[in-house]
Amino acid sequence: MDHGSPTVEDVFGISWLDFNLSNVLMIIVASIIVFIIAVIGSRNLQRKPTGFQNFMEWVVDFVKGMISSTMDWKTGRQFLPFATTLLMYIFIGNVLGIMFMVVYDGDLWWKSPTADPGITLTLAVMVVALTHYFGVKIKGGKGYLKDFFSPIPILFPLKIVEEFANTLTLGMRLYGNIFAGEVLLALLVSLMASGALEAVAGFVPMLLWQGFKLFISAIQAFIFVMLAMVYMSHKVSSDH
Amino acid sequence: MLDPRLYNLNAEVGLMAGDMIVQLVMFLILLALITKFAWRPLMNVMQEREQHIANEIDSAEKSRQESERLMKEAQDELKSTRQNAQQIIEDAKLTAKDQEETLISEAKAEAERIKQSARQEIEQEKERAIQALQEQVGTLSVQIASKVIEKELSMDEQEKLINEYLEKVGESK
Repeated sequence: MDHGSPTVEDVFGISWLDFNLSNVLMIIVASIIVFIIAVIGSRNLQRKPTGFQNFMEWVVDFVKGMISSTMDWKTGRQFLPFATTLLMYIFIGNVLGIMFMVVYDGDLWWKSPTADPGITLTLAVMVVALTHYFGVKIKGGKGYLKDFFSPIPILFPLKIVEEFANTLTLGMRLYGNIFAGEVLLALLVSLMASGALEAVAGFVPMLLWQGFKLFISAIQAFIFVMLAMVYMSHKVSSDH
Repeated sequence: MLDPRLYNLNAEVGLMAGDMIVQLVMFLILLALITKFAWRPLMNVMQEREQHIANEIDSAEKSRQESERLMKEAQDELKSTRQNAQQIIEDAKLTAKDQEETLISEAKAEAERIKQSARQEIEQEKERAIQALQEQVGTLSVQIASKVIEKELSMDEQEKLINEYLEKVGESK
């Protein structure tokens, strides 16, 4: 089992533009799955919901609860589509790596897209950038800047550090959890593949770990969105 | 036993700018599409349902108040009707009493009248009887006198004489 990555470097002759094709593939797959689930869930919408619509409404209500636990619902309602999409995308991305891993021609093609630091950091940067954007939009430039100097101005450097720390930890937490899960899964798989005895021995741990990874997937998606909303509320709500 | 390369799974991969761009663009596209095709209609339906339920609650409250008002009205009406009936009964009682009194007084007056006329009649009867008695007495005395005297005293003169006497008697009385 040789786990390389299908990388393409220097696309279009641009020296920094490198692609990990497995990531690209998995991003697209996760997006399509999320899109299909959401669209199926919101077909034939009725006032009296049935079946899948109930599930989608439960998801939306769940995210609604998350948002209203961090900020005023009046300001928070505009983040509902974003937060719901983020939650579903990250959860699906996390879960994709549990089912199977596809190694083709020595390259690892099928894995969690969220098991890549670049991708989780992109999401984290996007979240933090959005918090700044909405911070300026809702409180105005002056109120936004004033937040960096409150409650006391001497905290300003810490506030700047905090922004970067938030971004880094937000992305790295997700990456670390999912990547660790994948590593252990890969180890268990290779153990089970190495012999009949090992296959029997590895069966129960494999099952347990897959279940636990499913749990971690859900928890990490929840934590990511929750923290995103907490950071957002720090930027947009006037009282802390 | 284990392939050592498993430990550094993906580890040689650094941050790839292309992945990041793809991730960002894909997520934004996903967000836009999913918001348009799924969240917007879904949230609209949820909001509509919320509105509907709120309306239903409102209208239920309204009809409850309405029915309460109607019930109060009916009760008031019943009360006033009862009062009216009471009034009518009282009035009737009063009228009856009045009538009774009038009747009794009329009856009393009637009785008084009857008594009076009876008394008058009795008086008249008495008078007539006395007169008859006087006449009788006259004739009797004439007969007695004519029997006694046997004189040619005519009947007419006789009577005149007796009347004279009688009147004198009455005057002296």
